[in-house]
Amino acid sequence: MSEPNPTSARGTDQDAAPVFSVEERFLGIPKSRWPGIIAPLVMGAIFLGLWEGIVRYRGIPAYILPGPLEILKTLGTDWPTLSIALWVTLRITFAALIAAVSVGVSLAILFTQSKWLERSLLPYAVILQVTPVVAIAPLIIIWVGDVNLSLLICAWLVAFFPILSNTILGLNSADHNLVALFQLYGANRWQTMRYLRLPAALPYFLGGLKISGGLALIGAVVAEFVAGTGGSASGLAYRILESGYQLKIPRMFAALLMISISGIAIFLATSYLSHRLLHRWHESAVRRES
Amino acid sequence: MIVPGVTEAPRQGRAGQRPLVSIRTLSKKFSNGTLALRDVDLDLFPGEFVSLLGPSGCGKSTLLRIISDLSQPSAGTIEWPGADRADAYGKAEHSLGFVFQEPTLMPWAQTLENVTLPLRLRHMATGEANARAEAMLALVGLKGFEKAYPRELSGGMKMRVSIARALVTEPKVLLMDEPFAALDEITRHKLNDDLLAVWERNRFTAVFVTHSVFESVYLSQRIVVMAARPGRVMSELQVDAPFPRDNLFRTSAEYAHLCRLGSEALKAAIEA
Repeated sequence: MSEPNPTSARGTDQDAAPVFSVEERFLGIPKSRWPGIIAPLVMGAIFLGLWEGIVRYRGIPAYILPGPLEILKTLGTDWPTLSIALWVTLRITFAALIAAVSVGVSLAILFTQSKWLERSLLPYAVILQVTPVVAIAPLIIIWVGDVNLSLLICAWLVAFFPILSNTILGLNSADHNLVALFQLYGANRWQTMRYLRLPAALPYFLGGLKISGGLALIGAVVAEFVAGTGGSASGLAYRILESGYQLKIPRMFAALLMISISGIAIFLATSYLSHRLLHRWHESAVRRES
Repeated sequence: MIVPGVTEAPRQGRAGQRPLVSIRTLSKKFSNGTLALRDVDLDLFPGEFVSLLGPSGCGKSTLLRIISDLSQPSAGTIEWPGADRADAYGKAEHSLGFVFQEPTLMPWAQTLENVTLPLRLRHMATGEANARAEAMLALVGLKGFEKAYPRELSGGMKMRVSIARALVTEPKVLLMDEPFAALDEITRHKLNDDLLAVWERNRFTAVFVTHSVFESVYLSQRIVVMAARPGRVMSELQVDAPFPRDNLFRTSAEYAHLCRLGSEALKAAIEA
């Protein structure tokens, strides 16, 4: 070494950089993931086949147990009414989820700014969470009057707590040395929130969102059941109740199927969002070559 | 040729030069009653490379935190007589860089964003901040890695990013808290060389905390040996070997001799 001139990292530590797997893809999905997709599909096909076979072989009437084909047919014929009901339920679900995200995240940010606010309000958030929504739904429906709004409030009550508690955890989980670094450079509260606490909370928030997405749908359906007995709602849960009274069991199954598919779709959507936002940097989304 | 030796460093050495940081009878007591530092006297002069050497629990890291204003002393004073700028509150603007034991990078941000962070926090325009960060990354040997995320870098490279971030504000003082302790020896030697090269080029005041005698002798002009329980300064050793230092120095007899003196001083501090 003749003169002070830093050389490159090449030759020493650069070689130690981690290697990430780059897999061949089929239809946009890594090849090693396909067995995990195909296996449950095959399992489902076998189950549905057995179901259809048993219903036909034993001649079970449709008002006791309809076969999968009958359900699918009903889904087709009743689509006009069912799709409207689906739209009503999904609208409440998404509105509740949006409200849960905005209230949950805002409260979490407020709580990290003031310990006293957190101490005074968090217990009440817990009380709201642990009280079964079925138990307070009638009360809310009476108080609020407007059915759609009371359904929204019920679904929101169920959905918002995971987002609140996860975001609080995330905002407080920023690396304490990074917090010190921000302090050292004289960062103000807003900068620390914007550049450090919010990004650090993102994986936690997304974990909460995954749970809340499903809960918002459950909350909407449960609240509809409670309200539906009054006969004024028109969501999927109300259609299930109605079909039950009229012994239209295939239609009941069709509505049930739509709720399940909506739940799966919400889960897939939140998982995809989470993957998109985290795959470049978070350990949970990294596949390492071993 | 001057035979580099180890001597008691004169307190007002450097031909009456004014210290940049002046610490007097500084003590730090934690709320649980632990006396982390007791009566520490230390001067840091502009452009020098000082190592704080001592066993675990001797308060080296606490001292760095106090110098960087992240922690307040319980007693004693810390002054910046050499700081020529003051901020709007009349408080001396301590231009500091800090390198932690861990790289402490933001995992969600690319290398360039990590390095520009101190500049962005001070509202520097993006274009200028990026240009400065790119230059600093090139200086620490990471040209071409601007778009990499921390997880895509090795331990040594992450530490280089951390050093680039600390230096991007062109601080007068660079505080380093055992930055290379977690790295393998080959990487550590290389980073030692590159750190010295950057220091010789930019001539900031470097304060390097370590528990390695070999590392402290290789890097520094002055070694402050500290003892634990309570944390205090035991002795100071002068390392007069000329710069640039390289592998020749690392394998020389005088290096071995200095390391032995350093080890003895450290041993005395541990047994004190």
